[in-house]
Amino acid sequence: MQNQLPTTRRGFLKTTGYLSLAFAIPLESALSQATNAKPRLPGDLQNNRKLSAWLRVNANQTVTLLIGKVELGQGILTAVSQVCADELDIDFKRVQVISGDTALVPNEGVTAGSFSMPYCATAVQYASAEVRSILLELAAEKLNQPVANLSVQDGMILGSNGTRMAYWDLVLGESLNREATGLIKPKQPHEHRYIGQSVPRIDLTPKILGDAKFVQEHRPAGLLFGHLVRPPTYAAKLLSANVASVQKMPGVVKVVRNGSFLGVIAKREEQALAAANTLSASAKWEVEKKLPTHDGIFDWLRNTKPNRVIETKIQPRLSAEASVKTVEATYYRPYHMHASIGTSAAIATLGADGVMLIQTHSQSVFETGIAIAKMLGLEPSKVRCQHMQGAGCYGHNMADDAAADAALLAMALPGQPVRLQYTREQEHKWEPYGSAMVIQTKAGVDAAGNVLDWDLQIWSTPHGTRPGGEPGNLLSARYLEKPFAQPTPTNGGPPNYAADRNGIALYDFAGHKVLTHFITDMPVRVSSTRGLGAYANVFAIESFMDELALAANVDPLTYRLRFLKDERARDVLQKAAEKFGWHSWKNTPNRGRGIGFARYKNIAGYCAVALEVEVNPRNGRIRVIRAVAAADSGHIVNPDGVNNQIEGGLIQSLSWSLKEEVKFDDTQILSTDWNSYPILTFSEIPPVDVVLINRPGAPFLGTGEASQGPTSAALANAVFDATGVRFRRLPLTPERIKQGLDKKGTA
Amino acid sequence: MVQFTLNGQTVRSTAHNSTPLLNVLANDLQINGTKFGCGKAQCSACLVMVDGNPIKSCVAPVSAVAGRTVTTLAGMKEGDKPSRLQQAFIDEQAAQCGYCTSGMVIQAQALLDRNPSPTDAEVRVALDGNLCRCGAHNRIVRAVLRAAKGA
Repeated sequence: MQNQLPTTRRGFLKTTGYLSLAFAIPLESALSQATNAKPRLPGDLQNNRKLSAWLRVNANQTVTLLIGKVELGQGILTAVSQVCADELDIDFKRVQVISGDTALVPNEGVTAGSFSMPYCATAVQYASAEVRSILLELAAEKLNQPVANLSVQDGMILGSNGTRMAYWDLVLGESLNREATGLIKPKQPHEHRYIGQSVPRIDLTPKILGDAKFVQEHRPAGLLFGHLVRPPTYAAKLLSANVASVQKMPGVVKVVRNGSFLGVIAKREEQALAAANTLSASAKWEVEKKLPTHDGIFDWLRNTKPNRVIETKIQPRLSAEASVKTVEATYYRPYHMHASIGTSAAIATLGADGVMLIQTHSQSVFETGIAIAKMLGLEPSKVRCQHMQGAGCYGHNMADDAAADAALLAMALPGQPVRLQYTREQEHKWEPYGSAMVIQTKAGVDAAGNVLDWDLQIWSTPHGTRPGGEPGNLLSARYLEKPFAQPTPTNGGPPNYAADRNGIALYDFAGHKVLTHFITDMPVRVSSTRGLGAYANVFAIESFMDELALAANVDPLTYRLRFLKDERARDVLQKAAEKFGWHSWKNTPNRGRGIGFARYKNIAGYCAVALEVEVNPRNGRIRVIRAVAAADSGHIVNPDGVNNQIEGGLIQSLSWSLKEEVKFDDTQILSTDWNSYPILTFSEIPPVDVVLINRPGAPFLGTGEASQGPTSAALANAVFDATGVRFRRLPLTPERIKQGLDKKGTA
Repeated sequence: MVQFTLNGQTVRSTAHNSTPLLNVLANDLQINGTKFGCGKAQCSACLVMVDGNPIKSCVAPVSAVAGRTVTTLAGMKEGDKPSRLQQAFIDEQAAQCGYCTSGMVIQAQALLDRNPSPTDAEVRVALDGNLCRCGAHNRIVRAVLRAAKGA
């Protein structure tokens, strides 16, 4: 059970059987507020400190787990349920999760950055352990037994003298309505029943059977259908549109125009689309021509004055030894799309109570709700977002825009639910892309080829323009009659970083300098895309490590290990190499092997990828023969879930690295569908072997973004191994490879 | 008016003949599971079975199925139980987000109906027009092969 959509808080309380009794504020809470010396609590308990915010023990023999993180296809609901069941000593099936409803769940910010396991699962772990201990204390009193004599089996508390009492029969009253102490230690790994097991995903069976309801499939009674007319270019202004005649088209209920925001609401979906198309054909726009084009973007990045030059790392070398050689290279990453298979959608209804209720697949239900409220001129409490399943989410896509646009339409027709789902062209053209980047590397090496000074410079536009409570980050808010300006984005600093995420190599170099040229002009809309800057930075670092290994005439794996002190990092590299058969691998014509490594954000999951390619010299086509990944995500809660994330990330990265580049001319985006923005398909996908290294008792580490960076570099390194040509500009398309091979032939 | 058989039941649609079948299924007949992906016949998220052949319901007009038999993901179940292929998808956990799953199951079933024991390569060729963005491809192939083996 997950993602129920209770209509009111009262209804919710009734259905879960939670007994609400009016007591005064618990003493310790009042005390801790008075002293203002609150202990640091684990994970997201820190900001959502009450146990009752997370857990309810229900009379119907279930436990409701409330979480602010949401399911994006990454399996988080299942993993946190496993943690909850283990710490509470209950059967997994008793856990019912409600996630991402702003009226019900703890505010855990955005579901992003591979934070859900370290922050949400850790909070659930400590909260569940503490609730279990409260239940035991209550039972001890009732059974007249010391807590030490009690044990629990699936919610049944058993006394050593044969007495028993179920969780569900204990009247908790206000017992959970207090702050967690974080002092109850979670279980030891050997006590786990679910953690560490590949428990099947709770949301998958209904999805496979057609029983699950995605937001795209939500059809409340009385539903009306909206469609939008988007401008032809980013900065276009609407001069005129034939609103009056479109208003008379079949089924049209309302044409909504607000500045350059243009939409229609109709009784049927196809009527709304037809009306939007007619409206679009009639619309006159003032357009601009000033985009740098997809081929010109790298020069643009190098030549545009940055908002800031950030000293991401400055570590001067202490020794005076002169380097004998300097190696330099420059790497290029184009704009990438999230390109989810389902276009973004939302349903909005302005209720009689003045509350705008929005069903959305946003990653940031709270902050997006606030941004929408500001855009509509409503109190923040008058916008309620309910998360529902959406198509795969790989960062800040158009989910928030769809929520805002549905709300803009619904404002025009109070009381009636309005559904909006973008066309494929709208999603492709208007989603915020992963930023194009240029990365320049330079290393001074000694006589043995060892790095003395490592120097890396990054040029990038922003990687974070999420709503964050600011209407100017919602696409349509910028086109309203009274437009909201987009706030100037900032670059997230340590320890997560953004453009410079993974810009600092994990290798131990004597001199180590990283500069980030952070450009806030955004010719093309950009925001968080899986891994942010890490994908390109790891591509550059790990390609460059191979170039240095070559210059030193040392095996690339051996060369990396020279500079890698972190034992867990060494382990994933060696494990990947072992599984791949690195040392026994034999070179054959046109075949090559490559390896790449990173610890995501230098604080999350470790991953190394090794793969083998065959390059066809006639047409430049790369066939990836096979891939191996080794991953260390700390203590593994669900091995199959980690495996799925690592393999999925690897395949997505192969797609980015082999095929993907957002094309645009001086006026508009040209990648408008799957033909103009192709992605990898079944027959192009290699077998993938994932090896997991479990670290029982170690902290949970995020996994979802661990394999993209290493994969891109392993690919380029394998292509070099196969061809003797180094490719530094992504994607590695057949045309580019052919060109590179031809150049080598004539050189 | 268009009449056809949908998941074993006779249904009628009063929508205009040119209305995409997907809109009739999802909006009028409240059939859950069949997804809109592109509206351009490029991704196969919207596949349904028509007289045993997968067709793209986002571009097929409802009039094209007059008098024919339409089966959607929800209609693949055998009674209340998952079909063999659906069970194989569950056993292999062959999805991440699950949005492309409906089209995958329809396409794979059509393959198994004409070739009960396909090779790995044959499964990939059959599914090449079905886009998956999460990278669940190899799991999906394993699920299809598992279902074939169990046949």
